[in-house]
Amino acid sequence: MSLLEVENLRVTFPTRHGPSEVVRGVSFTLGRERLGIVGESGSGKSQTGRALLGLTPPPGKATADRLSFDGSDLRGLSAREWRSLRGQRMSMVMQDPKFSLNPVMPVGKQLMEALRTHGTPRAQAKRASLDMLEAVQIRDPERVFRAYPHELSGGMGQRAMIAMMLVSEPDLLIADEPTSALDVTIQIEVLRILDRLVTDRGMGLIFISHDLRLVSSFCDRVLVMYAGRVVEELRASELHAAQHPYTRGLLNCLPQIDGDRRPLPTLDRDAAWAE
Amino acid sequence: MLDVRDLEVTFTSGADEVRAVRGVSLTVQKGESYGIVGESGSGKSTVLRAICGLAPTSAGHILLDGKELATPRRPDFYRRVQMVFQDPYASLHPRHTVDAVLSEPLAIHRFDRRDERIAEALSAVGLGQGFRFRYPHQLSGGQRQRVAVARALILEPQILLLDEPTSALDASIQAEVLNLLDRLRAERGLTYVMVSHDLAVISHMCERLMVMEHGLAVEELTRDDLRQRRAGTPYTQRLLKASAGYTREAT
Amino acid sequence: MTTREWLLSDNPVSRRQARLGQSYRTWLDFRRNGLAMFGLAIVLVLVLVAIFAPWLAPHDPLIGDLRTTRLLPPLSEGHLLGTDDQGRDILSRLIWGSRITLAVVALVVVIATPVGLLVGTTAGYFGGWVDTVLMRFTDVVLAFPKLILALAFVAALGPGIENAIIAISITAWPPYARLARAETLTIRNSDFIAATKLQGARPARIIWKHVVPLCMSSVIIRVTLDMAGIILTAAGLGFLGLGAQPPQPEWGAMIAGGRNFLVDQWWVATMPGLAIFIVSLGFNLLGDGLRDVLDPRRRT
Repeated sequence: MSLLEVENLRVTFPTRHGPSEVVRGVSFTLGRERLGIVGESGSGKSQTGRALLGLTPPPGKATADRLSFDGSDLRGLSAREWRSLRGQRMSMVMQDPKFSLNPVMPVGKQLMEALRTHGTPRAQAKRASLDMLEAVQIRDPERVFRAYPHELSGGMGQRAMIAMMLVSEPDLLIADEPTSALDVTIQIEVLRILDRLVTDRGMGLIFISHDLRLVSSFCDRVLVMYAGRVVEELRASELHAAQHPYTRGLLNCLPQIDGDRRPLPTLDRDAAWAE
Repeated sequence: MLDVRDLEVTFTSGADEVRAVRGVSLTVQKGESYGIVGESGSGKSTVLRAICGLAPTSAGHILLDGKELATPRRPDFYRRVQMVFQDPYASLHPRHTVDAVLSEPLAIHRFDRRDERIAEALSAVGLGQGFRFRYPHQLSGGQRQRVAVARALILEPQILLLDEPTSALDASIQAEVLNLLDRLRAERGLTYVMVSHDLAVISHMCERLMVMEHGLAVEELTRDDLRQRRAGTPYTQRLLKASAGYTREAT
Repeated sequence: MTTREWLLSDNPVSRRQARLGQSYRTWLDFRRNGLAMFGLAIVLVLVLVAIFAPWLAPHDPLIGDLRTTRLLPPLSEGHLLGTDDQGRDILSRLIWGSRITLAVVALVVVIATPVGLLVGTTAGYFGGWVDTVLMRFTDVVLAFPKLILALAFVAALGPGIENAIIAISITAWPPYARLARAETLTIRNSDFIAATKLQGARPARIIWKHVVPLCMSSVIIRVTLDMAGIILTAAGLGFLGLGAQPPQPEWGAMIAGGRNFLVDQWWVATMPGLAIFIVSLGFNLLGDGLRDVLDPRRRT
């Protein structure tokens, strides 16, 4: 059975010129796999990820014909039910760790708090937190446990945040550009952690990114979004066989170390893609 | 044309000293495009800022056509060397129209034919005259960066310093801006010094490049070295490998 | 093309159209805020009343009739708000007094705002010893309570409305300097300032053309919110007999005049008090509304 089923997801924001739909009928299913969502800024990829967690910022509204997680319907959940679901079974990693960690609380305390709100005893919570920090390849978990977020480097902070999102062992993780702020060499390490969680624990992962090449080398399946819609869905291994001109355009316009195409092919946006 | 010898840049804040650049040398020939690659904190942008006088030089020499540059830089320096910044959302004044942005350098250096020059600069970067009186918030990221390029070019400089000019842009917009920079260099015989974290962008734009790590120059390579993967140091090899994407078998 | 379309065009064809369009957009934002519009209405009424005082006031504000119209209660025949102990019509005095209030506000703004902006942006932009000297001086002025310092100045310069204005201006600028400095510190390291330096612009040009316009909105907001305080300080000086001198119809002095009969003839002190309250409220609401539309940090 699939972990997450989404049908006709729509996200709308009111503006001065009437409502504007940023996600326009997105449908997909997710198993225990790595699913990539790729698109440029304004494609609605981030709002899709947020809507799946009930995190559409007000005054935006998210609606769907079907939104079920592990068999239960997510539509019309109360704020409280969302909170308990988000803490325990699904979570989200964002681009910038600074906005997701509490700056005035040590990392370890935040990790333990995530566990203890769900009734885990103190000693056990501490053990689990330290284990989690170790699992995300932090070499000195005791030090990071005591450290405040600002005392950590960018890569370390990102890993601490991933630890925090994973400490309650969610079944579904939505990662929104989790590595874009990181250097390439650290980026690969973070991806390795996420990869292991999917393979070892059977977690479902939605990986949202603008980087088509990175996503296709990391994920199993890729959804390509344009102007609020999914224009193409492909197996990552078959990316070179992409049909949609937008996907092909995105792939082609990247400079390559080995290629010497001059000028680089650019993307001629066709109004019909947005239909 | 541009010579940097044993450049050191040290920032002090209170008792802390950060040695951002620790003895970097490079030589750029006229008409060449030279790349500097590195990760965050490698000091690559600081080298550019030191060249144009925005960062303090604590040791070493910077020479333009064999003549040491005065600190602070003289007005004629800015007519020869200009810079394009990374974030087009931060490098344009939010309350100034495109027209104001482009008129200012002309007014400072007392250029004639200002209206024509502004019109020329706009069409050179592929923006129509309809953009002239817009504010930055009425422009997309790619259009803003084109305005920033126009501003850098309006004084008709010979050297353009490019600080990650496309890293804040979407991939398709990046291609457009890179093509623009490529075309302008060919048309005007410009010399580029370009900083980026993206090896592919540098390989596309530059004939020679320097890899930096922690304020030090790791090595200097040519574009062919990069294509043949002839990296001399483990650090460059790591960068090359990482830029190829995620590899599962390495788990 | 309607005027509205011309103003909201995304393709302005002249400097003037771009600037007017920008102002019109701000106005559209501002107009949606009901309370702010109410505040603006109060301030506009104050301005109109001050301009047309000679035609609006039913009686002479300075001369009353001690035999027939002394201390009449509100709603008396011909005296809507009553009369004071000299037999003068309170409504007429309030209307004429709005001129003094407005003059105080306008002159304080004209004197204090540029001084504050200049000191703050200069200190913030240059940093180092310039910053230290200017800001320590600002701190010294700021360390005294406003009214006490104004009192000291008026005592030294002699009582009178002109000296009160000077005294209030001298005490009003330090907060603007601090505000402008804080804004400048966040602006001066931004890329667009660096880009301007690279075009060879001198510090004076950068401060005037690039830094000041960005500090302006927060200073305008702060000044508008401070208006209430300025009016109160002027009224306070008037109340203490150090501001406007009798028989000038200054609102603070009017309260002072009425305090002797507060128990039996409450209206003499209450009416000018209400006027001060309404005008202060108007400026405050206006300032809040301006903050909503001008402060870029609160934009979504």
